[in-house]
Amino acid sequence: MDKIFRVNMTNLTTTTEEVPAEWVGLGGRALTSTIVASEVIPTCHALGPNNKLVFAPGLLSGTAAAQSGRMSCGAKSPLTGGIKESNSGGTTAQQFARMEIKALIIEGLPKEDKFYSLHVTKDGVTIAEESELIGKGNFAVIEDQMAKKGDKIGVMTIGIAGELKMAAANISVKDPDGKIRSHGRGGMGAVMGSKKIKFITVDAEGCGPLQLADPDKFKKASRVFAKSMLDHPVSGKAMGTYGTNVLVNILNEAGGLPTHNFRYGQFDDHDKISGETMHDTIIERGGKVKHGCHKGCIIQCSQVYNDKDGNYVTSGFEYETIWGMGANCCISDLDAIAEADSLMDDIGIDSIETVVMFGVAMEAGIIEFGDAQGILRLLREDIGKGTPLGRILGSGTGIVGKVYGVTRVPVVKNQGIPAYDPRSVKGIGITYATSTMGADHTAGYTIATNLLGVGEFVDPLSKVGQVELSRNLQIASAAIDSTGMCIFIAFPALDIPECLPALIDMINARFGCELSGDDVTALGKSVLKLERQFNLDAGLSSKEDRLPEFFKSDPVSPHNAVWDFSDAEIDEFWNF
Amino acid sequence: MISVTVKLFAQFRNDRFKIEQRDYVEPATTRQILEELKISADELGVLMINNRHAELDQRLTEGDSVGIFPLVGGG
Repeated sequence: MDKIFRVNMTNLTTTTEEVPAEWVGLGGRALTSTIVASEVIPTCHALGPNNKLVFAPGLLSGTAAAQSGRMSCGAKSPLTGGIKESNSGGTTAQQFARMEIKALIIEGLPKEDKFYSLHVTKDGVTIAEESELIGKGNFAVIEDQMAKKGDKIGVMTIGIAGELKMAAANISVKDPDGKIRSHGRGGMGAVMGSKKIKFITVDAEGCGPLQLADPDKFKKASRVFAKSMLDHPVSGKAMGTYGTNVLVNILNEAGGLPTHNFRYGQFDDHDKISGETMHDTIIERGGKVKHGCHKGCIIQCSQVYNDKDGNYVTSGFEYETIWGMGANCCISDLDAIAEADSLMDDIGIDSIETVVMFGVAMEAGIIEFGDAQGILRLLREDIGKGTPLGRILGSGTGIVGKVYGVTRVPVVKNQGIPAYDPRSVKGIGITYATSTMGADHTAGYTIATNLLGVGEFVDPLSKVGQVELSRNLQIASAAIDSTGMCIFIAFPALDIPECLPALIDMINARFGCELSGDDVTALGKSVLKLERQFNLDAGLSSKEDRLPEFFKSDPVSPHNAVWDFSDAEIDEFWNF
Repeated sequence: MISVTVKLFAQFRNDRFKIEQRDYVEPATTRQILEELKISADELGVLMINNRHAELDQRLTEGDSVGIFPLVGGG
């Protein structure tokens, strides 16, 4: 029987509740956003007693379905001031689902200035005071908890950035190899830090496999679904070979690789930080080109990146991180970027927000463009130690721009703009502008259709069709984020006709329901609308659905493209 | 004769090259380049000429830069 676990940090009590009827058919983002929208006062302070931190596995998490191990985390964001959903791989989604935990809701703030830990089992949540691991990095927390509770223990933890409630702090999640994945964007780590929870451990021992309404139908559908993953050239081959970082060269070629804090669309040293170079380097040093962020991942876009001596440095080494510290900060040293990636994981700070912020920090003159050692120093000595400068940097791109009087500050709703220039790839600009999450490429990944030849081509440099494209993809992404599926299933879903029906068949076989494609689209629409309403009630009006002024005034090479959508054209997005 | 910069990406580089300056007799198209490099049109993911998406049969002109990608993705 599915249940809700609720933890009250004000009086340090925990309860188990029945799942309300209106939440029964929801999972992942649909559920976390519904809970936040119905229980959190939109105007509350994100770090105050009225915010809630919610975790929910997706509808298909815990089943044998490929790619279904994503956990959704939701709250009001201290970075954007709006609603936030950030999902992550790791082991916890599958553990929650097997324990029949529909959601974990954490509310209130402790009265005393002490830290705590939570331990989640199928029988409930226990709260313990924590002192030993306070001030420690995420890798130390995971190592310690694995030593104490066994290798299979699930861990969600905050580093120093979360303890200090920095707005760019993330929540780190142990992956199947004891390394780190993240609920990265929007400062979810600061919300967890405000509730004085250093880490949450998850123990699903003794839970059998999930009960499916129709196991035979599920098996059939999951085979078709997995086949579509493997048959598509992107999910079946390319991503497992080159990782997401294959995008460096394609964005550079298209003139959409933001360089020197979004001054140019191409980076001279692009090949040195490219997926192709990374692939060869990994092989040369005995790393792994393939790696999954959760059990059951067959796309395997992650990797194990080693240093020159063959020692492990990082995994989950993504295009956006490499672009941001690379092209956008004019750094061509992939080893330094890998080191920074690992440091950001350990400190517990979003590696997208942070690298976009460093572009602005360079613009501000805190360090020079190209100064990789400067970034490593600021991470170690300032952000990682919580110095006054470190706390400013850890507050994200927008705050650093304000403190230093910089006008070239790439943010929407105060969240850093990632990896794809909206002037030369216009569809993604609509996604950045309108997403309820602030600038977020994953909210409606138009890059697939604008640049990559997946789905029906929409010219990246033309305004035609971009609003509709972004809308359709944002609706689909909101639905996918609710299933617990990795967003990369969108590649086969756009091209292979059997893929989406198989996904819906799996949901129906899991729950014994009769959803149609239209129902799933309706779910995506309703999620976006309730998130939008939360944002409106929190004070984020359509005036916030805008890109920064410099995108309109400063053309980006090589196409000399500017952001040329009118406000009315952007607002058309919400017409559904 | 026209001179064209040909750039290959991802697995298209294997046993070929990253970037080369190549000469062609007019009229020339990318279809010819692919044939010459033994890359089948089915394997082609994205073709860009001078940083813009292009069709296989677009006529090439002196100084064109041709980027040839298999189907790849990320996010």
